[in-house]
Amino acid sequence: MTQHAAIEAIDVARTYALDGVSVPALRGVTLTIAHGEHVAVVGPSGSGKSTLMHLLGGLDQPTSGRLRIGGRDVAGLTAAEMAHLRNATIGFVFQSFHLLSRTSALDNVALPLVYRGLGARERREQAARMLERVGLSHRIGHRPNQLSGGEQQRVAIARALVTEPAVLLADEPTGNLDQATGAAVLELLEQLNTAEGVAVVLVTHDREVAARARRQITMRDGRVVSDTADDAETASDAGEVPR
Amino acid sequence: MRLAEAWRVALDALRANRLRSGLTMLGMVIGVGAVVILVALGTGTKNEVQAQVEGLGSNLLLVVPGQVSLNAAPAVSRLDQSDLDAVIRIAGDRDRVAVSLTSGENVRAGKEQVFTSLLGVLETTPKVFLRDVRAGAYLTRTDVETGRRVAVLGSSVAKTLFGERDPVGQQVTIAGVRFRVIGVFAPLGQSLGVDRDNEVHIPLSTAQRLLATKRVDAFAVKAPDAETIDRLGRDIVAELHRRHPDEEFSAVTQEQILGVLGDILGVLTAVLAAIAGISLLVGGVGVSNIMLVSVRERTREIGLRMALGARPRDIGLQFLLEAVLLTTIGGLLGIAFGVGASLATAALSPVPAALTWWSIALAFGVSCAVGIVFGVVPAQRAGRLDPVVALRSE
Repeated sequence: MTQHAAIEAIDVARTYALDGVSVPALRGVTLTIAHGEHVAVVGPSGSGKSTLMHLLGGLDQPTSGRLRIGGRDVAGLTAAEMAHLRNATIGFVFQSFHLLSRTSALDNVALPLVYRGLGARERREQAARMLERVGLSHRIGHRPNQLSGGEQQRVAIARALVTEPAVLLADEPTGNLDQATGAAVLELLEQLNTAEGVAVVLVTHDREVAARARRQITMRDGRVVSDTADDAETASDAGEVPR
Repeated sequence: MRLAEAWRVALDALRANRLRSGLTMLGMVIGVGAVVILVALGTGTKNEVQAQVEGLGSNLLLVVPGQVSLNAAPAVSRLDQSDLDAVIRIAGDRDRVAVSLTSGENVRAGKEQVFTSLLGVLETTPKVFLRDVRAGAYLTRTDVETGRRVAVLGSSVAKTLFGERDPVGQQVTIAGVRFRVIGVFAPLGQSLGVDRDNEVHIPLSTAQRLLATKRVDAFAVKAPDAETIDRLGRDIVAELHRRHPDEEFSAVTQEQILGVLGDILGVLTAVLAAIAGISLLVGGVGVSNIMLVSVRERTREIGLRMALGARPRDIGLQFLLEAVLLTTIGGLLGIAFGVGASLATAALSPVPAALTWWSIALAFGVSCAVGIVFGVVPAQRAGRLDPVVALRSE
């Protein structure tokens, strides 16, 4: 492989210290997210999928193992360097949207660009383009409480993509939405995955949602118990996921 | 993150909690306002004292027996007429020398009576000190040389004894001896706590006869200019010491008096400012407290911003600027309040209040500093949050 993967985890473990007792949340996970992939991470609650997402998103550092995000080893990075890495490489979509309530859709989308030091005009131009991309150009000046749940999640997706990240990490993106709205949001994510080439990693406990992804990673007790990419690799000679 | 952006975010956050921001600012408004007002009062008092001392006349040298210090008892004078002649010789001009023999005496006119400070003086007094005669005339050299029983009354003495009537030409009785009033001073007001309108001036020779003494208490010499004043003082003290080897004499200038009084009033002003500073401190603690609450309330927002790429210092800066905005806006309002109250005090009451640029600049600087000092801890706390934990908080 000449080009490095978007995210690469090798035997990554994460242990939390709770009241002096160390609790392992992740016990050695090895996986690679290639550019342009569409992956679902599934598993029951407590299986370690949230911890995995925090690690893949550069919000946390592994207790042991090697983790490369955007080709960069996160070991020993400072909080500021991690912040820069997240801003450059990762887009986050959360179950509860996490929009700033007193801020317009446009400025919510422009928020990550603030931390790139872009000027207000440039930020708004890019944010407006992104809102158009998710079909919300008519909602630019609306505040989150003036938008429906599906619209709010679209704003959040626009915000995740405005920095042109390599990977979009979505944590239960449909968890707070009804079935139809959820399906529309998933469709949007799939469409962006195909059109923009951004890798989408979807964390969910919903089997149906997971089934829509090309690759499924199943977690249990802090371990990956199945990964359809491995199956594909063993089943066919097409070892690499197409970019 | 650009600084301008950080300011905007901080201002937005304050707007979102108008009541809370306003109440927190109120602490700063009161603290800064108190500093401005109290410094204005201290400065006003100092200016007034300075004006009073300068109002005595310019280039004055006061010569008294003994030492001039705060804890020295006033010495009984052994100076007399020959010492006066010697001082006049050194000063080079009789018109430059004033002398006094002071005694507290009752002055009576008809049924009215008032306790005054009686001064035996030379006719030169108005040439040395600034003293205007409102009605009649001051003493003449002839009055002094022939020991006439004539008196010039201070304005409040005249008012007490004669009311609205013109005292000039009237009789008064001082220590049982009858005097003719020849003049009344223009009102002078208080000077250094002494009511200068309660004086009665009579010729020195008359006073010495009345009080059965040959002594004089103190000299005042007007130097031709500011440059010669110190040398003149040294010459006079040396001559008096030569004439009375076992006694000490002191010559003080207005500058020295102002120096001592200025120091005392400076300390007073500083103490007032320090007391006001305590309320600033309390305001600062309030800011710190509210900022900690704000950090806790907005933990999720902090987590989100961190996930989107905010560095710890971006988050810290945001909260620090919020604290600084709180204190500086509060400070500016406090300055406006303090300036308004000081101007009103000066205009509507006899209490002197003088605004100074340095006190306003200091108050503003202190407001900024309070914001930084009391904003640092909440800001650090915000910046050090773990993004994973912050995102999960409710």
